[in-house]
Amino acid sequence: MFESVLVANRGEIARRVIRTVRALGVKAIAVYSEADADLPYVAEADEAVLIGPAQPAKSYLDVDAVMEAARRTNARAVHPGYGFLAENAAFARRVADDGLTWIGPPVEAIAAMGDKISARNLMEKAGVPVAAGTREPVPDADAAVAAGIGYPVMVKAAGGGGGIGMSVAYDEAELRKAFETARTRAERFFGNPDILLERFIERARHVEIQILGLADGTVVALGERDCSVQRRHQKVVEETPSTGVGPELRSRMLAAAVRAGEAVGYRGAGTVECLVDPAAQEFVFLEMNTRLQVEHPVTELVTGIDLVEQQLLVAAGEPVTFTEVEPRGHAIEFRVYAEDPKRFLPSPGDITVWEEPSGDVVRVDSGYQAGNKVTPFYDPLLAKLCVYGADRSQALATAREAVAAFRVEGPKTNLPFFTELLDNPEFVSGDYDTGLVDRMRA
Amino acid sequence: MAEVRAEMVANVWKVVVNEGDTVEDGDTLVILESMKMEIPVIAEDSGTVASLKVAEGDVIQEGDLIAVIE
Repeated sequence: MFESVLVANRGEIARRVIRTVRALGVKAIAVYSEADADLPYVAEADEAVLIGPAQPAKSYLDVDAVMEAARRTNARAVHPGYGFLAENAAFARRVADDGLTWIGPPVEAIAAMGDKISARNLMEKAGVPVAAGTREPVPDADAAVAAGIGYPVMVKAAGGGGGIGMSVAYDEAELRKAFETARTRAERFFGNPDILLERFIERARHVEIQILGLADGTVVALGERDCSVQRRHQKVVEETPSTGVGPELRSRMLAAAVRAGEAVGYRGAGTVECLVDPAAQEFVFLEMNTRLQVEHPVTELVTGIDLVEQQLLVAAGEPVTFTEVEPRGHAIEFRVYAEDPKRFLPSPGDITVWEEPSGDVVRVDSGYQAGNKVTPFYDPLLAKLCVYGADRSQALATAREAVAAFRVEGPKTNLPFFTELLDNPEFVSGDYDTGLVDRMRA
Repeated sequence: MAEVRAEMVANVWKVVVNEGDTVEDGDTLVILESMKMEIPVIAEDSGTVASLKVAEGDVIQEGDLIAVIE
């Protein structure tokens, strides 16, 4: 195992990674921007380095600043968390070139999966089902119409992520507008103007498979997560097992995810995202995330496996801690965002009260505490409230208590939305899809 | 005269109109960015942009004046 790990991230995920790094007796090094100096993860690390001002481009996205911090602290490995530089192949290469270990998949796997067009074509070749769509970048709105994918159609940025630049068009006029919006955002957020189109499946569920590529080259699947509760194509609640996936479909999806990982020589933790048609019990590949996912705790809760620990072990060339994957019970994660619970608009501000729920079956991964300032520079995730139950109804009961016990004052939060959701017949029944939040707000 | 004020702390990403422009109710004046989300600021009256108080790249606070429509 390495002597030290630099965590190239902030907030809740930096804190969560630091927790496991330190538990393994490894020195944890944090990096932070001027805006984040008072956050708990900075204090909890063994060492912390200021890498620049609040703007992400000048701190967390600044490869030279991060690598200078690694050099100064003599870090032996880099864990990128999610977001920022986590799926940046050039950064992964730089880490290796500087003589450090990259806690993530091979650079080639990041590059192959980073472009949604190449990923889709590669998966089709590996025998993983994909949605009808374009196989080349779509140059302009006329070509988008001429592609004849049919309606509704999803317009996506090939280099995109986090739901940004994605929209659904139901006719030609909407498609033209969606294309221009996607192009603008693709250039601005991802520096890659390529656009692809995919047939949009209505009333679908978003289900993803957690995989782990081991040091010996084998790839294992650790079960699914249902991420169908979304606003603006971004996940809000995730649970496992999925109530929309039967045993037969599950085994097909797990096998396909393993094939997807093997096709790119995957190592470490990754996630194969799919769309599921629950009525037909069919699925198609959406994309692969070559990093730890925000919602990884639900998998940890049902398998008892610490995914960050496995990431470190795989990167160090050591065997993982488990031999069998036997998920038990039900786990749900609620992403507590600094946003108003009605329109989901951002709400930065000073946190005056912060009281987390606790208990045997409650896990809170938080990035903040009372006295911290939530700034507009980063994503609105404050904390992940996770609950476990022997079955889904027990998990829901615990969730209701935990949501009620979670007190945050200062920024507005979406906790009141979770109270509403936990009372929503569709969600409670388990028979819901990615349109649920829009229907609740229609 | 209508004052348009910021609903939240944000960065000014794009200024869409200029002083002196005629705008309709519902037109986008500026686009703010906060927490990785774009938030258009919309004119709630028709009229002329009498003054524009923000520039691209500014960080504005909740309640700050963005524009005056006459």
